[in-house]
Amino acid sequence: MKGMTVIVKKVTQLLCGIIFIFGIYIVLHGHLTPGGGFAGGTIIAGAFILLVLAYGDHIIHLRVRKEDSSRLESFAIFLFLAFALAGMFMIPSVFFSNYYPLGAVGELLSAGVIPLYNIFIGVEVAAALFTVFLAFVILKEEDK
Amino acid sequence: MEAIIAVLLILMIAGSIYTLHARDLLSAIVSYGIVGFALVIIFLFLKAPDLAIVQLVVEIITLIIMIAVIRNSSKEDLQERTTVKVEGVHYINLRSALYLLVTGILCIGLFYYFVKSIPGLEPFGVHTTRMATTYIEQGAELTGSANLVTGILFDFRGYDTLGEATILLTAVIGILTILRIKGKKV
Repeated sequence: MKGMTVIVKKVTQLLCGIIFIFGIYIVLHGHLTPGGGFAGGTIIAGAFILLVLAYGDHIIHLRVRKEDSSRLESFAIFLFLAFALAGMFMIPSVFFSNYYPLGAVGELLSAGVIPLYNIFIGVEVAAALFTVFLAFVILKEEDK
Repeated sequence: MEAIIAVLLILMIAGSIYTLHARDLLSAIVSYGIVGFALVIIFLFLKAPDLAIVQLVVEIITLIIMIAVIRNSSKEDLQERTTVKVEGVHYINLRSALYLLVTGILCIGLFYYFVKSIPGLEPFGVHTTRMATTYIEQGAELTGSANLVTGILFDFRGYDTLGEATILLTAVIGILTILRIKGKKV
């Protein structure tokens, strides 16, 4: 896949890191401010999609990245399920119970397991959207 | 606020009607974006920033993926005419007239009962169920999360979130499976 013009490449170079950091911020502060795993994960996926669209890449590299992100997505949802299942072995034996200490409301490290769930969902959503995008790009490349 | 939302709704309807009658697929997709972005502004006015963020980003990425798919199609597909001209005598089809009549009567009836039921509703933002009251009053201390939406999504309604994540996983598996078939010779 070919990249775009110099202007697009330079703007991407300036913006991509900021978009990525903003996505991480949205995921990590999901239990304090509006946002969370789904929104932040989509923003992170947008940063990666911007990179691939602006700079382009060889199809073999794209295939490897698709495999990697597909694997990462499955791993993230597995961890999410494992942490939910771990609630079955804690004192109130409930699926999806909040077994970590809650902490003070409004602190960054608070709300028990919820930040961890947010991170797993964020990774899963980002990897899933990036995989779908790469699948379409590879399909287009193979057509030529 | 209601006037602005009404204007945005009219804009959304106009955008979706233009989508149906657009000359080529690219302009159809771009005009379809009007619907999503107007919805973002409506969510902001209705004080739902969580939904607004998700809707905005998902709209952008859907637009990118759709354009990637469209550019894959050939030039002939893009310039294919979407409307068909029928030659010959035009006459009023009895069956379609009947359909129109029945649909009109149904819509008028539904609208009548809808208008009649509005005074019986609670004002906007007042919750009637006991469960919602408990969530709103004790959500912060029970989950420890300052953002109530995340607290409900990942604690009280963890099953919903698991279902959503599973839907995403299944969708990706489906797309990868369908696109893999392409290499085979039939």
